[in-house]
Amino acid sequence: MSGGEAAEAFVLEAADLLDQVERALLDLGRDLNDRAAIDEVFRGLHTIKGSGAMFGFAALAGFTHHCETAFDRVRKGKAPASVALVHAVLSACDHMRALVAHRDQPQTTEQSASGQALLAALDTAMAGSPDAAPAVVETAPTAPADDGTPTGWAIRFRLPPGAMANGTNPLALLQELRELGPCTVRLDRSELPPLDRFVPTECYLGWDVELAAAVSREQVEDVFLFILDTMELTLTPLGATAAAACPPSAEVSAPAAAPVAEEASAKPVVRTQESVRVQAERLDELMNRVGELVIAQSRLAQLAARGDHAEAVMLRAVSEDIDRLSSELRDTTMALRMMPMGNLFGRYRRLVFDLAQETGKAIALVTEGEATEVDKTVIDRLADPLVHLIRNSCDHGLETAAERVAAGKSATGQITVSAAQSGGEVIVTVADDGRGIDRAAVRAKAVAQGLIAEDAALDDGEVLQLIFHPGFSTAAQVTRLSGRGVGMDVVKKTVEGLRGTIRIESERGQGTRMKLHLPLTLAIVECMLVRVGAGRYAIPLSAVEECLQLPAHEAAGAGGRNFLDVRGELVPFLRMAEIFHSDRPAELHQKVVIVGSGQLRVGLVVDQIIGNAQTVIKPLSRFHAGVGAFSGATILGDGTVALILDVAQLLAAAPQPTRPPHDRALGEAA
Amino acid sequence: MSAAILTVDDSASLRMAIRAALSGAGYAVTEAGDGVEGLSKATSGRYDLIITDLNMPRMDGLTMIRELRRNPGQAGVPIVFLTTESDEAIKAQARAAGATGWLVKPFDAAQLVKVARKVLGR
Repeated sequence: MSGGEAAEAFVLEAADLLDQVERALLDLGRDLNDRAAIDEVFRGLHTIKGSGAMFGFAALAGFTHHCETAFDRVRKGKAPASVALVHAVLSACDHMRALVAHRDQPQTTEQSASGQALLAALDTAMAGSPDAAPAVVETAPTAPADDGTPTGWAIRFRLPPGAMANGTNPLALLQELRELGPCTVRLDRSELPPLDRFVPTECYLGWDVELAAAVSREQVEDVFLFILDTMELTLTPLGATAAAACPPSAEVSAPAAAPVAEEASAKPVVRTQESVRVQAERLDELMNRVGELVIAQSRLAQLAARGDHAEAVMLRAVSEDIDRLSSELRDTTMALRMMPMGNLFGRYRRLVFDLAQETGKAIALVTEGEATEVDKTVIDRLADPLVHLIRNSCDHGLETAAERVAAGKSATGQITVSAAQSGGEVIVTVADDGRGIDRAAVRAKAVAQGLIAEDAALDDGEVLQLIFHPGFSTAAQVTRLSGRGVGMDVVKKTVEGLRGTIRIESERGQGTRMKLHLPLTLAIVECMLVRVGAGRYAIPLSAVEECLQLPAHEAAGAGGRNFLDVRGELVPFLRMAEIFHSDRPAELHQKVVIVGSGQLRVGLVVDQIIGNAQTVIKPLSRFHAGVGAFSGATILGDGTVALILDVAQLLAAAPQPTRPPHDRALGEAA
Repeated sequence: MSAAILTVDDSASLRMAIRAALSGAGYAVTEAGDGVEGLSKATSGRYDLIITDLNMPRMDGLTMIRELRRNPGQAGVPIVFLTTESDEAIKAQARAAGATGWLVKPFDAAQLVKVARKVLGR
């Protein structure tokens, strides 16, 4: 069947189906008697084969057919499911993906060779089960040969009981016979019962048709194709003179063939699908437009706020309406971009399955919080870092089964990938119950690589942070799994690029936990606008905990002991005017905005708190990207630019009261 | 008036192709994504022909056909099923369930329209 659009839809659908098959195979790998999984695998393969053949993916359909045949036998109980079979079909799924992707190119010799190898593996997996027959070549049923074509046919037929209830319309059959040639139709009502025994859905009639056309027996039988084996049908070839042989009984006139053109005026059809696939670029475009709208709206609000004459009051009312509408539109658009984390987690099951094979370790993957929804961009960009963290856990974190048992743990190592929403952020965790990070080894390695001095005084957190240093790797040897040149520094960069932070918790012998704190959405951020000297800055509202007046005695002692007593708790603070080298004298009543993330808190001393604003984040240019204190810039309602403070960097720059406060300039952390 | 056809298939691409072929031939096409949706649409609307896949999640085609035939209001509505099975047992099962005819995948637009014409008589 043609139709480029449908074929495109099939490409997406095939990807989904292969995901579904893969998930079901992994379920089956865990429990070889899982009926639901077997059915699911079969159904997926069946659809891929059927639809693939429809849209010209002949190689795909042919290849998938073999896998489907294997699973059909499993489904019917003719062969048992085995781990080898699960393996073979999982590998076959990868091949199918390639066949979908390269449908336009002819198969390369390597491709067809690998296809053959996969099928051989499949045959091996299926061998040993009873009646393991090679795939049967399908042959079309051959109709009995017919010698010579007569000039016409005497056709006598009677429908099977119940045929009409099952949708067979005798008038349609007569119509089709008429399309073969001129017909004389006589009705046989000899079997019509008395009225009290008459069932309206039964067909009691028989027909005698004389078809005056030189057609083959198969052509006539083809008319009755769907009921051929249950109906009464007698076909007698007619000679040129046999046309007037039968006595007339009653005449039924089937309507003349209606020309097709009359039916071509189809009314427009309403689509009734519950979900629609949208290209990601269109969503991005929509988000951009909404972002611009939000900016335009805040300019409008500023204009409307001026003046008290009647027009200004009316303008304010309109502005408020548009404000409400645009923030609703923003929320709706944002919701469109949200996807459940489960989409991402699903892919890791296969990864862990393969890693377990390669490392020879027993590994169980536990996923939690699949329903947690995150912006699509976050999900897309998180995919690879999470792969790296999971690889790390499988490769370095988890011990071999023997080591685990010796340490008094269960033989199967566990990797937990979870997501949870907490306020304006999502926390994604990759945890293992393995051997934990060996601080001494990390330290020794860092010294060997010249990253730190041999006698450097580092606390536990700082030692762990070393693994994020570019090029750092503690693996004694680079393995196929972890040593791909992608280090933890890339993971950290990606997370920070998403305005997130990454934290490590690790206990020797107990395991390691990597916690990624990420914003829910990237495009629009609710910010608090502040003024420092002449400049205006935006602080993401999700990080703001509270705002205080800077006590007079602290305001005076610039450069002194920079801690603030907030209800008995010591909070370090940073004088933004100093950091930004503002040449204006500090204002009399300075404010402190306390920002925090997790356990860390820091006060930012500013001159004025202007208020809240919705900001559309624009990345800094390449030249400014290295300026660590800022995560981006935004355009304010009046058209001026405000820089957005990078709270994570500021937190890192501030001394924390848990250890001796030492003055560290911002530049060090940037 | 053009005949109304309900196509029940879990494959969106196949539904799209069926819709293209049949609406091109002048039929009005409605889609359903599985047996449950097919059953509810078939019983709440009025269709001259139902074309259904057999392997579907939630409710398979055989069950849907049986359910439809239990409903006296659906007696006589032609149901054509799509199958890739050369297996006669599947055909016999579907016909025992009350199907009118079948079409073997892969098929092209002309074959589909031909079957629709065949069972509809127009």
